Amino acid sequence: MSEISRRKLITTGLAAAASVSGIAVAAKLAQRHGLIPPDAATRYGTGETLTYAAQRVLGSHATAREFSRSQISEKPFANEVDPLGDEFKRLQDGGFADWHLAVDGMAARPTTFSYSEIKSFPKSSQITMIGCEEGWTYIAEWSGVPLSYILDRVGALPQVRYVVYRSFQKDWWESIDMADALHPQTLVATGMNGADLPVPFGGPMRLRVPRQLGYKSIKYLNRLTLTDNLKGFGKGTGGFAAEVGYAWYAGI
Amino acid sequence: MISPDRPRARHSALVRVTHWLMTLAFLALLVTGGEIVLSHPRFYWGETGNVNMRPWLNLHLPSSRDTVPTGYNYVLPDQNGWSRYLHFEAAWVLVATGLLYVIWGFFHGHFRRNVFPARADLSIKTIGSSLLSHCRFERPGEEEVWSYNVLQRVSYLIVIFMLFPLMIWTGLAMSFSFDAAFPAAVNLLGGHQTARSLHFIVTILLVLFLLVHVFMIVFAGFVTRVRAMITGRVVAPKD
Repeated sequence: MSEISRRKLITTGLAAAASVSGIAVAAKLAQRHGLIPPDAATRYGTGETLTYAAQRVLGSHATAREFSRSQISEKPFANEVDPLGDEFKRLQDGGFADWHLAVDGMAARPTTFSYSEIKSFPKSSQITMIGCEEGWTYIAEWSGVPLSYILDRVGALPQVRYVVYRSFQKDWWESIDMADALHPQTLVATGMNGADLPVPFGGPMRLRVPRQLGYKSIKYLNRLTLTDNLKGFGKGTGGFAAEVGYAWYAGI
Repeated sequence: MISPDRPRARHSALVRVTHWLMTLAFLALLVTGGEIVLSHPRFYWGETGNVNMRPWLNLHLPSSRDTVPTGYNYVLPDQNGWSRYLHFEAAWVLVATGLLYVIWGFFHGHFRRNVFPARADLSIKTIGSSLLSHCRFERPGEEEVWSYNVLQRVSYLIVIFMLFPLMIWTGLAMSFSFDAAFPAAVNLLGGHQTARSLHFIVTILLVLFLLVHVFMIVFAGFVTRVRAMITGRVVAPKD
């Protein structure tokens, strides 16, 4: 058994105390700068927080890679969704003229936009990659109105920290922080590869968040809620994916 | 001659602690990584790949998604949620521990003394004769309790400075957010799907290393070697 010198004991003790207080300070700073994700209190929340905080610190303004027209996939894959039902079919048969995107929550002018209104807004387009957490990817051109334009139009209040968004499909909802919500590449997409967004790919409209995995780019978008706190939604972990055991932050 | 009852120092505390932490982290990464592969057991080159495209490698395993036409008439349960969470958490442990080991190793002469091969040992003759004695399954001599042989040194260096860094690089290259901040990470590799394929190939190499490593430990004397890597001391065998 080796001898533990007094010096070693004191140095180790000091190092341990410094580490603990260092972590406490870091946690406080992280909280103040919005670097703690809503699923931080789950079993793997520590790793999740490290990943989210590191990626936000390193690149909250970074832009996802954009590709050339020749790189657009000839064979994109539309992941299967649950049956959309008769009401959706009725809307589809009407050319989605009756589709609406309701924007509520912490907004000065909560508004419900029609499909044609959304399509009339200033358009942005991007040729980006969408990837599933399963590992498959394809590249396509999406066009639509930047989410930041809509937030500006409804007068998002300064205290808004997250945008909660919902699908026509019951129970399918997600949320993103302001770094992604205001990002120029985050679109309410209504077009894909030069035509209207096809239904299997989320038509009439889906959210496109190209810096995160596909499960954040939910299809059949019909409602946005602006909030400063995700605790009041569902189980408080920020989305459907988090509630079934996936990470809220899908940047990785 | 080694006195039979006096234990002697073999591995420092930092080497031992980081070794076992890395082992745990690697096993967690391996199991969760394998689970994640099952949700799409096919690999592609370049940027894109999905079930509508031809993979360079189809593992012909059942999948946890019914959207992959595996040919099996059942679908495995979806474990990707916790698998991904644990995969990335273990990755943090691996990176932090690895950095600690490498930085400490350089500053304290661990690599210089114990891992880098002596120049004299890098000759064809030395490496060749070491290879030959391994292929003949010759039992290692007494001196190998105290010092890594040249094949060990070369393979450890490859694992520490080539394979693990490649795992981390190819892993991060699959992150859309990391790629946004550092597009070179994925562009230099040749694309998202190439990064994914390389991540898988290097995993196989590390698994092969693990199997050989464990076999060698057993062959050289499991109790002596593992005890030395836990307690840091070697108790020379009596007679």
